[in-house]
Amino acid sequence: MIVEGKKKIWSEYQKDIPDDHYFYVRSCIRQNFFPASEKVFLDIVRNRLGLDFFETPHHTTCGGIAYHSDSIPQETLMTIVARQFALMTEAGYENYVCSCITSFGIYNEIIDTWHHYPELEAKIRGLLWEASKREFKIPKSVVHASDVIYKLRNTILENGKYRLVNKTTGEPLRVVEHIGCHYSKMFPSKGVGGAEYPYVLTGMAEAWGGTVIDYPERRHCCGFGFRQYLVQANRGYSISNTHKKFESMAPFKPDMIITNCPGCPYFLDRWQYVIEELEGKTYGADSKGIPVFTYEEVAGLVLGYDPWDLGLQMHQTAVEPLLDKIGIIYNKEDKYKI
Amino acid sequence: MTDRVLIIGGGPAGLEAANQLNLLGYKPVIVEKEDILGGHLAKWDRLFPEGERADTVLYKLIKPVEHTPVYLNTIVEKADKEGNNFRVKLSGGKEEIVSAILVCAGFSLFPAEKKEEYGYGIYNGVITSSDLEKWFKTGKGVNINNPSKVGFVHCVGSRDEKVCNRQCSKVCCVTAVKQACEIREKFPDSEVFCFYMDLRMFGRKYEDLYLKAQNKYRVRFIRGRVSEVSEDFTGKVVIKAEDTLSSKPLKVSLDLVVLMTGMISNNSIEKISGILSLNRAEDGFIEPADTITKMYDSGKEGIFLAGAVTGPKTIPETLSEARASALAIHNYLSKKTIQ
Amino acid sequence: MNRFGYRLSPSSQIDLDVSDNSLFRDILAGEPGISTCIACGSCVASCSAGVFDKISFRKALHLLEAGMDTEAVALLEGCMMCGKCTLVCPRGINTRHAIVLIKRKLNKG
Repeated sequence: MIVEGKKKIWSEYQKDIPDDHYFYVRSCIRQNFFPASEKVFLDIVRNRLGLDFFETPHHTTCGGIAYHSDSIPQETLMTIVARQFALMTEAGYENYVCSCITSFGIYNEIIDTWHHYPELEAKIRGLLWEASKREFKIPKSVVHASDVIYKLRNTILENGKYRLVNKTTGEPLRVVEHIGCHYSKMFPSKGVGGAEYPYVLTGMAEAWGGTVIDYPERRHCCGFGFRQYLVQANRGYSISNTHKKFESMAPFKPDMIITNCPGCPYFLDRWQYVIEELEGKTYGADSKGIPVFTYEEVAGLVLGYDPWDLGLQMHQTAVEPLLDKIGIIYNKEDKYKI
Repeated sequence: MTDRVLIIGGGPAGLEAANQLNLLGYKPVIVEKEDILGGHLAKWDRLFPEGERADTVLYKLIKPVEHTPVYLNTIVEKADKEGNNFRVKLSGGKEEIVSAILVCAGFSLFPAEKKEEYGYGIYNGVITSSDLEKWFKTGKGVNINNPSKVGFVHCVGSRDEKVCNRQCSKVCCVTAVKQACEIREKFPDSEVFCFYMDLRMFGRKYEDLYLKAQNKYRVRFIRGRVSEVSEDFTGKVVIKAEDTLSSKPLKVSLDLVVLMTGMISNNSIEKISGILSLNRAEDGFIEPADTITKMYDSGKEGIFLAGAVTGPKTIPETLSEARASALAIHNYLSKKTIQ
Repeated sequence: MNRFGYRLSPSSQIDLDVSDNSLFRDILAGEPGISTCIACGSCVASCSAGVFDKISFRKALHLLEAGMDTEAVALLEGCMMCGKCTLVCPRGINTRHAIVLIKRKLNKG
């Protein structure tokens, strides 16, 4: 591995991430999968770092799940998104930040489509007006919430209590970073670091003391793949893709996985259990699984949040071995507190 | 009217044209942007299809023109038509008055790092065909240590609209086969794979080389474009392709991957066509007045073309074209003199 | 165990890191011409039984080289040894001989 080569690519794929005043939209599914991630994100940026993040209870799904599982047509999707943009415009914001990678891909795809087909944008404006008497401006910037944490990574480290370092050995933790496919594979220039060697999570992991593993199936899908999981007959593909990734990363003995997509941490986490049931194989150097985190959870750990306030008890693969490696103080009994 | 002819580019085309113009009684002047003559040939070790040494060929081209004036590290900055002549401003403040200009600005090799998924400059085991040629020639540049498995990836930056190069670079297929045989020759225990889309063995004796690669060197040809390259735990380079002849995805771990970088137009061609108002085609190369009967004719009076400025070519093709251009210049200048 | 209603899907990927093509190498020793196949498909196009059965000398060779012996041999089972493919091969490969060698190897096994 030639790090200089990667740095060169990273320098070519830098994007503008606004400093402040964001309109924040949540993901449909993350609050069930990883319930504290978004809450912690808002707490970090608002209360710890004093930034302006506006959120409205009126926002809905972006429609991505339905769109990617062939339940709604593109015009419906675009009208839903137009309504989200209208909510942003009404609130007086221009910087749109979303928590979900699917949404991030959808927003970029739609804005790009409208750029090439202005008549379609006009049609959607008409549909939105007919449906809700709303109007909208296209956001000045669309970023993913992981872009924001990436931008703030050094500030988080400065305010941090822990680092991604093995307390006993002093060695950096070995981190697998997994990027949601729709973060930059659709539009490489929209992602920090591009599509082949994304830097957004690598930047966080390195800033916080870890070292990142580049394994052969790094670029492969987590296994969710929408239809692969949503259609039960295809579910074998879903787990087989996840299995392929774990087989590929296992020789590198990763300590943890960091992700930035709603589906990826879920499948990388939950499928480890199913693979164990099906194949009798448990990953991880100590055969305790490889803990999987959202980037907000990792930022929370670095900042010294109580692991159980981060919702880590909701993970299938136990996180305690990693907490112990870092030397995070936590109360075992609190894991199941209500 | 002078008898001076400016040759832009001191590669095979420029050298051969200079020789022919000297023989015809003109005074060619070569302008070369690098600090040595020979272009890409000067960096090459051996040539297809029979493995002739590049420096022997280069010597044959340079020797006859050793007394021809050459500006090294120099480029053309401006050229103005003054009557029948051109007043040409060169970098470094020099000036030449010439009666004709021959553009032999050559080509560039596709920068392999642009195909990010192939990991050139990122994975240690990934090199280019020109890196390998340099290593054959000098033993320097890249570290090749008794590899047991080597893969050649054809069409890197050729036949690829994603990187804005639709054209076939023509010479890389046979170069890959030549280099694959050389690797097998140097490392008899190695296994060598060529990943190709089509094998374009168009020239005389190329098919013989391909046959030898199959039956003597046992090079394994896999029809399928490599989709991505990565590195495994031991530092081996893992490549994925489809084996299209069996319709199955394929994976192999290699010690060395050689990217066959294609021939593309470059800044020099862009710049000189701007200065001389020459037309360029969609592929970036200069468009001649007639692509079948007058490849040497730029369509602009007094300006001629030779070699890869009009698209990928082999060395023998380039040399033939250089001679054709020299003759065309002679015809042009003779007519002018009579007038 | 399959109480989930799904399982890992078998991979169709050819993994050249682990594939064993010793049968191919045995045949190659007896009929070196097979290394020169250019996958043109003349053998399959001229096969007198190929329209009735799944016969492909071209593909069988290819699969043998990838170590997929079972799949390869299945493509030669219907061969009637007429030798028409030998007649048309542009590389002059003794295809019939190669098929005989493959069948002989397998019968011994």
